[in-house]
Amino acid sequence: MRIDTEQGDDALPVVRFEGVSMRYGRGPETLRDISFSLEPGSFHFLTGASGAGKSSLLKLIYLAHRASRGRVELFGRDVSLTHASDLPFLRRRIGVVFQEFRLLEHLSVFDNAALPLRILGRKPATYREDVAELLTWVGLGERMHALPATLSGGEKQRLAIARAVVDRPDVLLADEPTGNVDPAMSLRLLRLFVELNRLGTTVLIATHDEDLVARAARPTLHLEHGRLVDLGGRP
Amino acid sequence: MSEFFQVSRWKPGPLLPPRDARDGALVFVVAVLCFLACLTAFAALAANRAAHGWTAQLSGSATVVVRARSNETPDSAAARAAETLAGVRGVIEAQALPREKAEALLAPWIGAEALVDDLPTPRLVTLDLDPKAPPTAGILDRALRAAGVDATVDDHSRWIADIERAANIARFAALGVFALIAAATAAVIAFATRAGLAARRDVIEVLHFSGAEARFIASLFQNRFATMGALAGLLGGAAAAIIGALARYFAGGVGVAPVLPLAWIDLLAALPAPVLAALIAGVSARLAASRIVREMP
Repeated sequence: MRIDTEQGDDALPVVRFEGVSMRYGRGPETLRDISFSLEPGSFHFLTGASGAGKSSLLKLIYLAHRASRGRVELFGRDVSLTHASDLPFLRRRIGVVFQEFRLLEHLSVFDNAALPLRILGRKPATYREDVAELLTWVGLGERMHALPATLSGGEKQRLAIARAVVDRPDVLLADEPTGNVDPAMSLRLLRLFVELNRLGTTVLIATHDEDLVARAARPTLHLEHGRLVDLGGRP
Repeated sequence: MSEFFQVSRWKPGPLLPPRDARDGALVFVVAVLCFLACLTAFAALAANRAAHGWTAQLSGSATVVVRARSNETPDSAAARAAETLAGVRGVIEAQALPREKAEALLAPWIGAEALVDDLPTPRLVTLDLDPKAPPTAGILDRALRAAGVDATVDDHSRWIADIERAANIARFAALGVFALIAAATAAVIAFATRAGLAARRDVIEVLHFSGAEARFIASLFQNRFATMGALAGLLGGAAAAIIGALARYFAGGVGVAPVLPLAWIDLLAALPAPVLAALIAGVSARLAASRIVREMP
C-alpha cells in the first residue's frame, strides 16, 4: 500500500519543513526554526559540524522522532495529523542508511539486504536475483553468506546502503554514508546515489566529506548550531 | 559470487535472533505452571467424581429408625415396617437389621455392657431406593404412619446437601487456582516478552524504521512465544500425566486416596495443556509487543 494525496503527490515536495524545532526530552532545542523543502527527484547534501543537528534532522524525516514545534510534511501529508497505522507506509517510501549501520547481527548479508522486501511481503523468488545483483554491485558478492560481525566497517556501510536502496525508495536518506570507505568505494557509492537519483529517487546525504560534496556538485543544506543557514545553495 | 552461497536456494532466515538462555528459563517456569495447572485439573476431576459417588450412594438409600409400640416386640415392629416400605413405589429393597447389628451400631456410644436385654434398643430398616425416582422422606413417613408404625425416616438429604456444597466449593477452588495459574503464566510471558523486546530493541527498531507494521512485529513475538508455550505445555502436561498415572497405578482403583478417586480418563485433562499454554503465551506476547511498538515514535 502506498499513501498518496488526492491530487497526486508528484508535484508536491516530498519533504517540507515549516518552522520546525526539535528537542530530546526536556533538553534544549537541537533544531530551531527549520524551514525547507525537497522537491521530487532532487539531490541535496546536508552539511554541518558534529552536533549541528544533521542526524536529528534526518530522524524527523524518517519518523524516528517528532517535531516539538512546526510542521513536517512527507509526500504532501502533515505527519502530525497522520494516523499511527499509516506511518509504516510512509516509512516504506524512505530508505535510510544509518550512521551506525543498524544491521541485524544474526542474519546473513543477503538476509539483511533483503529485509525491506520481506517486510513488504514479497515472495523470495521475485527478488533473490535483484538482491544478489545489488550486493555484487556494492562489492559484497563474495560475502552474501557472511554475518555482519565478520564484515569490515566499509563492508557494513555498503551493506547498509544496499538495504536502504533495495526496494527503490522514493526518498533516500544517508547519514555519513562514506565515513568508513576508501576514496574509490566512496566514488562508487556516490555513483550509486546519482544513479538512483536519475531514476527518480530524492536523495539527501548528511556528510562531513567535503570531497564528496565537491565532486557531486549538488546543492547543500548547511546546519549550524541547530539552524539551517544555507538553503540549497550549490557549493 | 560466493562459492558457499547459492542465490537460487536462499531461504529467508528468522527475523528474531535464535533462542538464548533466557528462553530456556522461561520454558522451565511455564512448564512448572502447566504442571501445577494439570494437577489442579486432576484434583478437580477426582473431587467431582468423589462427590458424585457419595451423592449417588446417599440418594440411593435411606434409613428408618423403628420404635416398638407397647403391644409388639422391636423385631416384629421392624419386620412390619420393612414389609410396609417394600410396597412403596421407588423402594427396591427394604431390610430390617437384626438386633445384633443395631446394637453394634450403638456400641461405640453407650458401650457393649450397657446393652442389657430390657433396654428398648431401636431397630433399623435400611432401604435401597431407585436412584432415578427415589421416594421422598414424606412419602415413606406417610406409608409408615398409615401402617401404624412409630418410626423416623432419614433420607440422608441433609448429608447430600452438605456433600454437594463441599463438591461445589472444591470445583470453584480448583477453577480459581487454575485461573490464578493461567494469569501467572500470562504475566510471566508478558514480562518475558517485554524483556525480550528490550534486549532486542535494535532488531525492533530496524524493522520499525523499515516500515514494518506493529502487527508484523507483534506476530514475530507471538509465534516465538507460542512455540515456547507449546513446548512448555507439552513438558508440564506430560510430567503431570506421568505423576497422575503413577498415582493411579500404585494406588489401585481407589486412586490417590479414597476421597480423591482418580480415573485413567482424568489424565486426558493434560492433553489441552500445550494448546492452552501456546494460546496464552501467544496472546500475551502479541499484546505486550504491540504495546511496546506503539510506544515507539
